[in-house]
Amino acid sequence: MLLTTHSDGSGGSVLLEVRGGGSADCDWARLPQELLLHIFQYLPLLDRAYASQVCRGWNQAFHMPELWRCFEFELNQPASSYLKATHPDLIKQIIKRHSNHLQYVSFKVDSSTESAEAACDILSQLVNCSLKTLGLISTARPSFMEVPKSHFISALTVVFVNSKSLSSLKIDDTPVDDPSLKVLVANNSDTLKLLKMSSCPHVSPAGILCVADQCHGLRELALNYHLLSDELLLALSSERHVHLEHLRIDVVSENPGQHFHTIKKSSWDAMVRHSPKFNLVMYFFLYEDEFGPFFNDEIPVTHLYFGRSVSKEVLGRVGLHCPRLVELVVCANGLRPLDEELIRIAKHCTQLSAIGLGECEVSCSAFVEFVKMCGRRLSQLSIMEEVLIPDHKYSLDEIHWEVSKHLGRVWFPDMMPTW
Amino acid sequence: MGVNTIHWFRKGLRLHDNPSLRDSIRGADTLRCIYILDPWFAGSSNVGINRWRFLLHCLEDLDASLRKLNSRLFVIRGQPTDVFPRLFKEWQINRLSYEYDSEPFGKERDAAIQKLANEAAVEVMVQISHTLYDLDKIIELNGGQPPLTYKRFQALINRMDAVELPAETITCEVIKKCATPIGDDHDDKFGVPSLEELGFETEGLTTAVWPGGETEALMRLERHLERKAWVANFERPRMNANSLLASPTGLSPYLRFGCLSCRLFYFKLSDLYRKVKKNSTPPLSLYGQLLWREFFYTTATNNPCFDKMDGNPVCVQIPWDRNPEALAKWAEGRTGFPWIDAIMSQLRQEGWIHHLARHAVACFLTRGDLWISWEEGMKVFEELLLDADWSVNAGSWMWLSCSSFFQQFFHCYCPVGFGRRTDPNGDYIRRYLPILRAYPAKYIYDPWNAPEEVQKAAKCIIGVHYPKPMVNHAEASRINIERMKQIYQQLSCYRGLGLLATVPANPTNGPSGSNVTGVNTGTSQGPGGSSEEQYVQEGTSRTGTQQLLHLISFHVLFTFEETSSITFLKTCFIPRVFKKR
Repeated sequence: MLLTTHSDGSGGSVLLEVRGGGSADCDWARLPQELLLHIFQYLPLLDRAYASQVCRGWNQAFHMPELWRCFEFELNQPASSYLKATHPDLIKQIIKRHSNHLQYVSFKVDSSTESAEAACDILSQLVNCSLKTLGLISTARPSFMEVPKSHFISALTVVFVNSKSLSSLKIDDTPVDDPSLKVLVANNSDTLKLLKMSSCPHVSPAGILCVADQCHGLRELALNYHLLSDELLLALSSERHVHLEHLRIDVVSENPGQHFHTIKKSSWDAMVRHSPKFNLVMYFFLYEDEFGPFFNDEIPVTHLYFGRSVSKEVLGRVGLHCPRLVELVVCANGLRPLDEELIRIAKHCTQLSAIGLGECEVSCSAFVEFVKMCGRRLSQLSIMEEVLIPDHKYSLDEIHWEVSKHLGRVWFPDMMPTW
Repeated sequence: MGVNTIHWFRKGLRLHDNPSLRDSIRGADTLRCIYILDPWFAGSSNVGINRWRFLLHCLEDLDASLRKLNSRLFVIRGQPTDVFPRLFKEWQINRLSYEYDSEPFGKERDAAIQKLANEAAVEVMVQISHTLYDLDKIIELNGGQPPLTYKRFQALINRMDAVELPAETITCEVIKKCATPIGDDHDDKFGVPSLEELGFETEGLTTAVWPGGETEALMRLERHLERKAWVANFERPRMNANSLLASPTGLSPYLRFGCLSCRLFYFKLSDLYRKVKKNSTPPLSLYGQLLWREFFYTTATNNPCFDKMDGNPVCVQIPWDRNPEALAKWAEGRTGFPWIDAIMSQLRQEGWIHHLARHAVACFLTRGDLWISWEEGMKVFEELLLDADWSVNAGSWMWLSCSSFFQQFFHCYCPVGFGRRTDPNGDYIRRYLPILRAYPAKYIYDPWNAPEEVQKAAKCIIGVHYPKPMVNHAEASRINIERMKQIYQQLSCYRGLGLLATVPANPTNGPSGSNVTGVNTGTSQGPGGSSEEQYVQEGTSRTGTQQLLHLISFHVLFTFEETSSITFLKTCFIPRVFKKR
């Protein structure tokens, strides 16, 4: 019997074609389990659940371990979310029958503390799990931070201790701390490849250094700037350590006028030497006068995002000291034209292929010059319409033709509706 | 028997460029222009006092203009489906005219009325005059789908036939011998009600900053054009502190209610441009305001779910927070951010705010700071904003919250910085938040940072006389940009590190993989790239709950069909309580 499935790609209907097999009838109840598995994999959970009610054979297929490797628990309260939650009965069933099948698990919680606590409760019960991937994702406010710290830590530790083969871990905006990271490392140092822990205020630089020292397979790391140290970078570039692929750093100001430490150029150089292709992604959420420690020396940043207003002067330094820059996004700058700064960036940042400008100002001529210098390597050019200031050479209507010409494709600035 | 005609005013509250009214009059013996007071603002009776007042001004103005033509306006209370059969009989009507309404609710209501008219052997005359173009033709030109980017829309407009000229104004010559039977008790039975009669408290109400009516609209049009001619500059005006204040040449509420014909405005603009720029072709950007309005009408006309997230094929499903307390603070101007609060104050007091002010408060409520659903913001604007009609309001909110139309979400308006850059002196704040009047410009946008002496001197202690800021903006925007990125990464199947590439540029970029929903192998490795990529593929989006089915894959956008199962929107809204006559 030849079986072909045609999915419409959107997870909706599946067309089943069955050819040959000799007999005129096809007993749907007696399809081989491998075929059912193949078909069921195309169905979203709800449809699969309906299918499982059809007959005993299909019900058995529904509970095959292969279908329960991945699961995303959606935990929402009607008072705090518009979205539906995973049914509590289903959650009970999964814990009872499938917890040892689960390998790739994530929890999406809304802004209520109850949802985060429910996630912790489920985590605590995953004693038989050997998870490869775990993600704790807040879809609105970081509700894991509201859970009593001990409750959270003990739940997380259950997974760390039992899984022993964690490869990817996403625990941003959670109250994870140094001791729990030690437990993680003690049990999963051979397998850990990805660790995302931005905005985890209870972790110290020593805590993350422990991870870098022991987990030599770590390829992706996301954390806040206060955890970054020269020692950490050196640990990540040690001989025993694999090439780092992505490093994401969030630089966030807690209070205006905060001081930030500097990282030595030699530490960055060591990183680049060890992992020449690594991507350094930096998100800055600082007040304008807090940029003192940054961009005074060469830094191998590839993706740079300024979430608040950043001064002309700092952007000038970016142009000088970021030769590896691939993407630059500026949310706001203030109303002084960035002409020189952009030209400098075009000249020195030869890898730049994406740029986004929000509340800034650039004269049309300088902008055209910028685009000319970058040429076709600019695959993403997202400029708000208000950014471009017409001058004697170009009006707004003319500029999009000029730019399109140099880019080799039709281009318009981003617009906002005028009522 | 003669021809007795009713012209039904809904929008299009004017006598100039009113082709359906003009056609109605031709060959008619009697004419009655009616306005039905019914929950008319599609979707709810959520209408504030400024909007009612504007509407009543419009009706009074119409009545006054009709009086000059020996006619009157008939204001009738009730639901159209109840009112019409009665009127058809009582007045022996055999002809009904109205301006075409492109909104889904309007189309449904009109279909029901058409049916009643057919049953009563009443001829129905409908003409398009609320939009520049026949929207169905634009959609047809786009292969049966409404354009989902403004750029595409502009490209289509360029290919459309020229905009039709405005119809001639209704004057005595046009009316000729067509008469209006007016009873002695007309004012009692059919007069325009007052705000008090509608149940509003009017004590302490200040004079309307935006007076309604066709007369006012036409006057403003002249002033608007005069100012443009004087400046001789048709470029987008630079934003300054003055732009925030209500302008005597502002036209948007008049366009919304139809006191001003968009076609008249269009042609007058074109004529002026040709005169000043010596006959060169006007660029599309000249008609910006009109074309945005047209764009949203076009995207909305076949989508009854346009004003919702759930079930709306063009809206990204974003896990907004449900937080009535925070919403109330925003709506009532108590956020603790003077820039936001001043804007919301102006909105509530006057009914109009500058479009950049709208961007600021919309961003603050949704993707910028509070992470509250755009539907909530839309409802508040519906109540307070004079020029917010269903299509434009919903469309703009979706746009501003980056819920649709392929908008980049990286630019976040800072509730302190943006205001400060627009009006460094802070006069706008002082005007609409008098409690902060004595603050120096240095601290007026972030008064919580002012030292104690400054606060004492200004006689306004933050936390006592004026609220503390309700969020930490840096923290909130950091979290929110991450949320938006998560959502867009899932949507576009983009697995890279850049922020900009997560938002697909237009609907013709099909999905690269099949992994938006569905294939649940669990053992497959990602096709190279970061473990992040593998992680996202394997660990997420596999529950298959109903919500996933709403995730937009671009297949869905392309196969967007007209919903045939429009739920009949019963006019069961709670109408305002009318005082008994």
